Order: sequence, then C-alpha cells, then structure tokens
Amino acid sequence: MAQAQKKPKSLLIDGWEVVIGIEIHTQLATQSKIFSGSSTEFGQDPNTQASLVDLAMPGVLPVLNKEVVDLAIRFGLGIDAYIDQASVFARKNYFYPDSPKGYQISQMDNPIVGLGHIDIQLEDGTVKRIGVTRAHLEEDAGKSIHDQFEGMSGIDLNRAGTPLLEIVSEPDMRSVEEAVAYIKSIHTLVRWLGISDGNMAEGSFRADCNVSLRRPGQPFGTRCELKNLNSFRFIEQAINVEIERQMEILEWDGTIDQETRLFDPVKMETRSMRSKEEANDYRYFPDPDLLPVIISDAQIEKARAALPELPAARRERFVADFGITEYDAHVLTLTREMSDFYEVVVAAAGGAAQGKVSANWVMGEFSGALNKAGLELADSPVSAEKLGGMVARIVDNTISGKIAKQVFSFMWDEGKTADEIIAEKGLKQETDTGAIEAIIKDVLAANEKMVEEFKSGKEKAFNGLVGQVMKASKGKANPAQVNELMKKLIG
Amino acid sequence: MTDLHRLSIRELSEGLAGAKFSSRELTEHYLKRIAKLDTQVKSYVTVTAEQALAQADAADAAIKAGTATALTGVPIAHKDIFCTQGIKTTAGSKMLDNFISPYDATVVAKGKAAGLVTLGKVNMDEFAMGSTSENSFYGATANPWNLGHVPGGSSGGSAAAVAADLAPFATGTDTGGSIRQPASFCGLTGLKPSYGRVSRFGMIAYASSLDQGGPMARSAEDCAYLMNVMAGHDAKDSTSVEKDVDDYVANLNGTAVKGLRIGIPKQYFNVAGLDADVKARVEESLKKLEDMGATLVEIDLNMTEAYVPTYYLIAPAEASSNLQRYDGVRYGYRAENPVDLMDLYKRSRSEGFGAEVQRRILIGTYALSAGYYDAYYVKAQKVRRLIQQDFLKAFESVDVIAAPSAPTTAYKIGANLSPVEMYLGDIYTIAVNLAGLPAINAPVGFDKDNLPVGLQLIGNYWSESQLLSVVHQYQQATDWHTKRAAIAEENA
Repeated sequence: MAQAQKKPKSLLIDGWEVVIGIEIHTQLATQSKIFSGSSTEFGQDPNTQASLVDLAMPGVLPVLNKEVVDLAIRFGLGIDAYIDQASVFARKNYFYPDSPKGYQISQMDNPIVGLGHIDIQLEDGTVKRIGVTRAHLEEDAGKSIHDQFEGMSGIDLNRAGTPLLEIVSEPDMRSVEEAVAYIKSIHTLVRWLGISDGNMAEGSFRADCNVSLRRPGQPFGTRCELKNLNSFRFIEQAINVEIERQMEILEWDGTIDQETRLFDPVKMETRSMRSKEEANDYRYFPDPDLLPVIISDAQIEKARAALPELPAARRERFVADFGITEYDAHVLTLTREMSDFYEVVVAAAGGAAQGKVSANWVMGEFSGALNKAGLELADSPVSAEKLGGMVARIVDNTISGKIAKQVFSFMWDEGKTADEIIAEKGLKQETDTGAIEAIIKDVLAANEKMVEEFKSGKEKAFNGLVGQVMKASKGKANPAQVNELMKKLIG
Repeated sequence: MTDLHRLSIRELSEGLAGAKFSSRELTEHYLKRIAKLDTQVKSYVTVTAEQALAQADAADAAIKAGTATALTGVPIAHKDIFCTQGIKTTAGSKMLDNFISPYDATVVAKGKAAGLVTLGKVNMDEFAMGSTSENSFYGATANPWNLGHVPGGSSGGSAAAVAADLAPFATGTDTGGSIRQPASFCGLTGLKPSYGRVSRFGMIAYASSLDQGGPMARSAEDCAYLMNVMAGHDAKDSTSVEKDVDDYVANLNGTAVKGLRIGIPKQYFNVAGLDADVKARVEESLKKLEDMGATLVEIDLNMTEAYVPTYYLIAPAEASSNLQRYDGVRYGYRAENPVDLMDLYKRSRSEGFGAEVQRRILIGTYALSAGYYDAYYVKAQKVRRLIQQDFLKAFESVDVIAAPSAPTTAYKIGANLSPVEMYLGDIYTIAVNLAGLPAINAPVGFDKDNLPVGLQLIGNYWSESQLLSVVHQYQQATDWHTKRAAIAEENA
C-alpha cells in the first residue's frame, strides 16, 4: 500500500489554528453495574435491569463494584498515568427524568486516573504525544424515550448505573486528523486492555469534542462542545463543519459563544443545544454514601505485572524485528487480536525473517476474505497457524505466491492445512531444472515467431514466452527458475 | 393480664419463653392500648394490626418449636423513616404519603429475623428535619408527660409511643440529636451509636454522613436488647463498619462506674438558654455518679460555638442532594396536570415538601453552589474535623463526656420558635453527629412542670457497651427510668 502524501507542515487553515480537546465516555466491560449489582446486558426490555438502587427508591445506597477500579487502574497504567490511591466519588446534582437520584455519581476533585499520555500516529508516519488530563469513574444515566407514547415520555433505566470511564484529553490536537487519530488510539487501547468492548453503535464508546480557533501564539479561543458523537465519520464531519462555522464568525470579527452543540449529519451542521448561561450548576460535593477508593501499592503492581504489551510498543517491535513499514505495523496493531494473530502467522511462517511476507498475507488476501465474508477475526475458518504454515511453503519455494492464492482459497473453504491441500491437489511447485527445461524447449519450439520478435529487440515477447511456460506447467513451475532458464536457452 | 405493658424487655423475653403469655396476647394488648390511647398521643402514622398478629402467631409457633431468639414475639414500633416492605413508609412527608415500600430496611429485616413483631410506623418530623415532631404531614405528636407539649424530634413518635407504653421499645434515627433529645423530653433511654455501627440501608436519608439509627426504650437494658438486633456490618451500606459487634446485654455490667472519669465541658454548662432546672437535675445526676465512684473532670471543648453553624451547613447540603430523588416521576407525590417537565418538578416539590424541608433544601443548595462551595461547605467540613479532634483530645483524659441532652425540657406544642431558636436547642447533640461518636440519653429527673430532664453521656468510638453499662448501673441505683407518665398508667 502506498504511503499517504505528506501533509504540509503548517496546519493553519486560512491563518487560524484549530485547537481540539476531547472527552471520551467508554463503558467498562463488567457484567454488573457500578453501584447496584444489576446486569449491564445490552438490548433487554425496558426497566428489566433496573433494581431498587437504579430506581433510586427512598433509603437505598450505592455499593461500589470493585471490578471497575481494576479496569480503571489498567487504563491508567496503559497511558502511563498517575493513579490516585484515594480517589473520591462526588455527586453531580441535576434534575432529569433519566437521572433517577437527581444526581449522577461521578468523580470531581480526585479522579482515579491523573495525568497521562498517549502517542498517536498520523498518516504520514509522524508520532505526536497527546496529554490525557484525567480519567474518572462514573455511572451512566438512563434513557428517555420520546417517540413511543403519545403526549408522554418513557424512561428506561436499564442503562442507568452502567459503569463509565470518562477520559479527558488536554487541548493538544491541532487538526481533525489528529483528533480522529487520538480517538482511534484510545479506542484501540481500551479494547486492547480489555476494559471496554468499544462498541460505538451500542453507545459503549462516545466522544465529545471541544473545538476552538485562534491565531497562532494567541491564547485559546472560546470553545464549543460537540456532544455524543458515536462514529468516526460523524466525529470527522462534525469537527470540520464546526471549524467552518467558527471561522466564518471569526473572519467577520464576530465572537463565539461558549455552548454545547449537537451535530446533525443529515443537514451537515451543528446546532446550539445549550449555552453556558443555561448550563447547570452541578453543585459537586463528595458523595457521603461512598468511602474514598483506597488502592494499595500491591494492587497497582499486580495490575502492572498483568498489563499486556501496549499497541505503541508492539508497533515499534514489529517495525524493528519484522522489518515491516510503520504503516503496516499501525494497521496490524489496530486490535490486540489482529496483532496476536499476525505474530502467530510470523512464527509459523518461519520467524522474524518472514515478517514482511506474513504481513502482506494477513493484510491482503486474509483480511480481504474476512471482510468479504463479513467475519470477525475470531470466527475465521483459517487459523493463524495454518496461514503461517502456508506462508512457510511460499518461503521454502514449495508453492509460488500465485499458487498460494489457490491454496488459501481451498484452506478457507475446506479448513485443511496448506500441506494437505498442496498434496491433494498436486500444487507443489516444479523446481526440477530438467523438467522445466523440457517445457521451455517445447514452448520455444512452438512459438518461433515470438522468439524472433524477442531477438529483434521486443522485450515484451520474453514475458509472453514465460507466460506460456507457466501456463504449460499449470502454474507450478518456479517463476524465478523459468526466467533464468529461459534466458539461458533463448540465448 | 392487664399490665403486660409494664414489663421490661427482659421480662417480656422470659415471659414469652416461659409461656406465661403468648406473643399474640402481648401484641393484642399493645394494639388495644394503641386503639384507645393513641388518639391522644398521636404517635402512630400507621398501625399494622393484621401483620402484627400474623407475626405474633408465627412467633408463638417458633417459641413452641424451640427456634425462638431472645426477642421472638416482642412487639416494636419503627420510626416511619425505615422502609417496611408492603407497608406505607412516609418519612412524615406528604411527598411519600402514597409510598408503599417494596423492600425492608436492613434494620427492619434484622428485626424480623429476630422475631420482633411490628406494631406499626411512628411519627416524625418530615424527613427527620426538626426537633418537635410538629413538622410532620400527619400533625403533631403529643408528649405523654403533658399532652400540650411536644415529644421532641425528629424521633418524637418513637419516644411518645414508648413513653405512653404504646410499644415496649422503638427504633429511632439520630442525625443531630433526633434520638437523644426526644428521649430526654419523654423520660426515656436512647442510644445514638457510633457512625457506621448500624446499617443505613433502607433508612430514608436526611444527611448521609450524620444519620445513624439506634434504640429508644425505657432503660439501658431494654436498649441493649434492641442494639443486639440493630448493630452490625451490612454489605449494602458502604459506610457501615466491618467490626465485631459486642453482646450489649451481656456487657451491661462490663464497665464499672467506680473509677470512671467523666469529663464536664465547662463551655457546655455556661450556655445561655440552659434551663436552671435542667442544669440542676444534670448536676445532681453527676453527683450521684460521683457518689457511685466516678471522678468528675472539668474539660475544655473549645469548638462549642461552631457546632450549630457547622451542622446547619453540612446537614442541609447533604439533604439538598439526598432529596433530589423526590421529583414526582417514579413514586411519591406528583403535582396534577403539569404543563411541562419543569412544572412537574417545581410543583411536585413545592406541594409535596413542608416548609422546614424546603428551608433546608434551599440552605443546602446555596451552600453547595458554585462560588459559595469553598466558603461554606468546604469550610464547614474543615471545622467538622476540628470538632472531632477536640473530642478526641478530650478522650485522652476522660472516659466519657457528660452534658445535658437539651438545654430545656419539652416545648409547648405550637410554641413557634424561630428556626434559629430551634437550631440552638440542638447545641448539645449535633457535635456528636459531626464527630461520628456514640452518645446516650438517660432520664435523671423532672423540672418544676414535671417534664423529664435527660443526661447525655458521650463516649469514644465503638463504646456503646460502655455507655449502656454506665447508664444501666446508674439505673440500678436510681428509679428515674421507672417513672411513668399518667397516660401510661391508664389501662386499655
């Protein structure tokens, strides 16, 4: 695959610098809610997963699900962050029907994860470090349903109390590309660490983008927050539309109002949802029903020891050890599953020296087949060991790359190993010099005209002759040998 | 038997076990008394006669089967702040007038498991906010010693029911004195345990960091029986403490009064508004303890002036948030024909909450607001720590601290004190909640109008056994706790 064109160094748009900070809400992959013990399963009938605690009955109390603490620690270590060993839950007070207690339990002054960072890779291969200000635990709200009941609204509290980790970045991004790369990096990381399924369609991973413009060197401009963007495409579109809107205002010496805006993907515009003046005073204060979350050194060290190799480290290792490009390494580490798969392929193909050819197969034919069949990696009919076994046969010249495509196709359909298929179908490459010479001689004899053309300087005729030989050998002749012998014999 | 209501909890326990009377007889006796006398006292919001008799029959069966506990078949009244499954649970508020709880509070569930028979739910100041029980949607409860006076609050229904012998004992809750002050006004023994000793699950929250349930009864011994049921860790309450529970009954003589160092805070006895009779009775009781071998030690509690302002920032702040759930959406009072969501919220809450509750919500909302939070709430929390340290320092040189439970005896119903006058009446009780300490009220005599006076003993953390033991021994040597209001002497 071709490297993307180098972007111009300056990211200024008509002299404006874009500044973006991002808040991501990611649902933590626990079986039960953060404070109530109810199930978090998605898609159940309304209010069937709402307990007395979720309904905020008089007298009920929250009890922290300890699992969320471990997941938050894991994330904190994944971004090399400070872990607060006595973080505090706070109440964020506001009235809304899908907030049954009248407050959301969140964290304010002492979030569980403090300052950290993540390195994002841009399309031109450059790496940029983005600061992560904090990540804190909180509970999700329920859902208001406005379209199913005439003149009334429905409330579904199944989602109320679902554990969320809110990840807040520094305003470090300077372009849409950086913003999207950051969100994708966090998306990769949370799935990599197994702390979230990252399912955007089900709302398990949503981003709020704070966008502002300024002249270079000036203080930050007034920002607008784009809320609840739940696909990468919408994120990109929404930011672009918002940049244009703000630029239009600023170019005419207007001022930006600090507000929350909603993106309308149909009309391709952002609309004001509420202004700063309308914003709630949430009256945060420490939740007296919950004790500070005390985390021991041992708990952190245990999590650190269990931490998998992180995407960035694995990317670097792939480039260094397997000799693949930054871009390929990036693609192969988008998910932990894919990168694990690739590593197994390389090992089965014969080790680090086969990194490049293995990468080509994983990213090319194999990924193509998965996409075409609409399958997840885990459901692939061809295992990494089998794919690597096939690559090994290419490497040791048992089959050519071209025959390998046939072999792969059979493997996909029949689930057998490459060796079984090569043997069954007789696809072993012909490497016997005598046998190949015999075929070449036959072809040369039958195509005297082409031989003449070649001798009179028409280079293309040579390729035609090679093609004839390959055809006569049913593709099994080793192409390199054919080339070599042809040159000798045509002499 | 016509005098079952005169028996102590130990006598009831022994009588039931020895088949001198059945739980059904005992329960019917109390139900009859309630039917006849509570029209004057007005202590019960809900009488659960049918369930009580069913529970009594089950208790009698358990006693026969030999599966009874010490309290199986003994009746109890629960403050209407504890959720009771299938029974109206109102917290004294119009807001919850239609609320049938779908679950039992841990305290109630433990009571059921111990075989207690629930007579009903007793009155209280709305959401436990008040010192007279007049702030109830169900009207004022009368003090059995003088029906023209209040029983105190917020656990006024509990106090009045027990003082009128309409229940042998009752649960109460204490956020700023709501067990001790009504116990004092009604001549009862009432224990506010250390914060975290009794589960708050199912106890409708007023101020979460201060609320604590406890027993109210005629004697320390009766309280000890109920404490044995109420105390203990609860996984459903994160602030409940994982700490072994004493056998409070077995420990009743565990701490000797002889050699006990009782701290007398000099600031407490110079408070303006401390009634002369109250002061005299409390001093007499301390003299009695001294005669029994205790040593009185004058101590300093320098933060006294900060108690009321600190409490009246923290408690309303927490309350303003705790009461946000009463929004007319899922249960409770809902305004009729709301025009929109905001109208639903505003009118449901304006119509559903009484004046004192609204006052505290407003104060608390203000104290937590952006721009005021640091000056009020955060500062109050800092002062709270100083108050706690003040006590801990005192406990380096004394075993318990003595004080009146209230500066006066029971107010007249309708006395209409201003909020600030009313709040100043909490001066002796609220610091204990701010510090999370245990404290007990014991009756120590009467004022010139024959209204009871109470002595408060404040202990160090987890010293409930010690407090009960000291009061028990005092009660062995005195008879104040055996005095009955005239109405309690009446037979049904």
